[in-house]
Amino acid sequence: MEQGPIFSIQGAEFSYKGASSPAVKNVDLSVASGEWVALLGINGSGKSTLAKMMNALLIPTRGACFVMGMDTSDPELAAAIRQNVALVFQNPDDQIVASIVEEDVAFGPENLGLPSETIRARVDRALRLTGLSEMRRRGSYSLSGGQKQRLALAGALAMEPEALILDESTSMLDPEGRASFLNCLRELNARGITIVQITHRMEEVAHASRIVVARSGEVAWDGSPDFFWEEKCAGFGFDIPQELELLRSLRDGGFVPAGTKPAVHDLLEALCL
Amino acid sequence: MKFSNGFSIGQFIPGESFVHSLDPRCRITGMFILLVLPFSAEKPLDFVPAVFCLYVISAASRIPFAKLLRSGRPVLFLIAFTAILNLFWTPGHEVARLGPLRITSEGINLAFCMSLRIYCLVMTAAVLMMTTSPMDFASGAERLMSPLALVKFPVSEIAMMMTIALRFIPTLFDESERIMKAQISRGADFESGGLIKRARAYIPILAPLFIQVFTRADSLATAMESRCYVPGAPRTRLNPLVWSARDTAAMACAVAFVVFSAVWNRYI
Repeated sequence: MEQGPIFSIQGAEFSYKGASSPAVKNVDLSVASGEWVALLGINGSGKSTLAKMMNALLIPTRGACFVMGMDTSDPELAAAIRQNVALVFQNPDDQIVASIVEEDVAFGPENLGLPSETIRARVDRALRLTGLSEMRRRGSYSLSGGQKQRLALAGALAMEPEALILDESTSMLDPEGRASFLNCLRELNARGITIVQITHRMEEVAHASRIVVARSGEVAWDGSPDFFWEEKCAGFGFDIPQELELLRSLRDGGFVPAGTKPAVHDLLEALCL
Repeated sequence: MKFSNGFSIGQFIPGESFVHSLDPRCRITGMFILLVLPFSAEKPLDFVPAVFCLYVISAASRIPFAKLLRSGRPVLFLIAFTAILNLFWTPGHEVARLGPLRITSEGINLAFCMSLRIYCLVMTAAVLMMTTSPMDFASGAERLMSPLALVKFPVSEIAMMMTIALRFIPTLFDESERIMKAQISRGADFESGGLIKRARAYIPILAPLFIQVFTRADSLATAMESRCYVPGAPRTRLNPLVWSARDTAAMACAVAFVVFSAVWNRYI
């Protein structure tokens, strides 16, 4: 049986109260299960609004948004949608509810009314996946920025979602914290979790299987990363990442095969082969 | 300059001690029972059992007693103010005179007792908050207040508000410090001048802090909603509250100690 798309946005438009123009308009977007979509765009391009629409936090004022076939405009379905689509925001301090690491991870499953044993199993798994098992009894306020962001991710994973939406979740991390967070995402995507990653950083989208560019509330471009890197990156005003420059030089010199992704990890792998 | 210097009320200290292992309902009820000690004291010596009790609790919770003593620092101004009022405005036998102000023996006793009472109250509340995580505190309070739900009192919402308020105390102090340092780097002076000048100097901190608090509250509400939180809806718990024999024993000890102290203070 063919599986339907995880997200299906059809002609969606959304306007905030008092705004002169819609934050999102004429958006048609479909995301299949297991995809890693990088959603790019400058500030005010409608990326975060789109993310909130995908989590049923905002309902399109025109058009429709379906999550796993469920219409986000149906309030009865909001809980089921949010169980399946977890959202991780930019600032972890704005989403950590509890003072103890494991208690915060348990917040979502507790809201679902699950039995304690199930909550415990989910918390254990989420902490293991994010590498926070050793810190489960620590105060959330005592964690570093990177650890707090991983805690926010663990809280989302404890919902056992089918898809993760990351709204500039790495923007407050240092390079080491970002690398560790992205490794965690790679692992989750390999396990079949769909990822929609909103970011400004070109070097972070290297693992995406698809790139969507938002501009003035509309989808300005949607396609494969290879084509984006080669033809569109500079055209949309994004800086070409150093990894891509390096990849091009290495490929022109015949040091790495075609199709190597412009990420340090993949470059090293290709060079070592 | 540090905004949160020595402020430790509300800061949970994770641990595996005997006190940490008690049911939060036992800790909250125990706190109210032990507060009988300082509130029934009528002379300075009557405070010995209360202080002794706090010392034992700090040892049983592995929290240094000195840390507990420091928790009273934020209310020192209030204590001094209360002590002065009691010292000069309590009628009785005059022992000294400062211009138009009379100091009475009853005033000295009352000022001393009132100061110790407030200090003991803050220390008792501090030891509770240091050994009880906000989530545990909220669920304990929620269960203790559950009869109020019968009269439509929003018990679970109040409990969640308590959790969030306590969780954000350290965050807000960090934020205040950040704003303060930013203002100092731009030439603001918080340390010189009189009381009014100093109070005025804090206005540039309070305005951005309030804006941040509201922005943060909005973001947190969105994040909670995205994690399926529905106000008033039934929730389960990772660690369900379980009242054990040790809670009954701890409660019995607290009651026995309070009764013993009351008898001791009255007849000895």
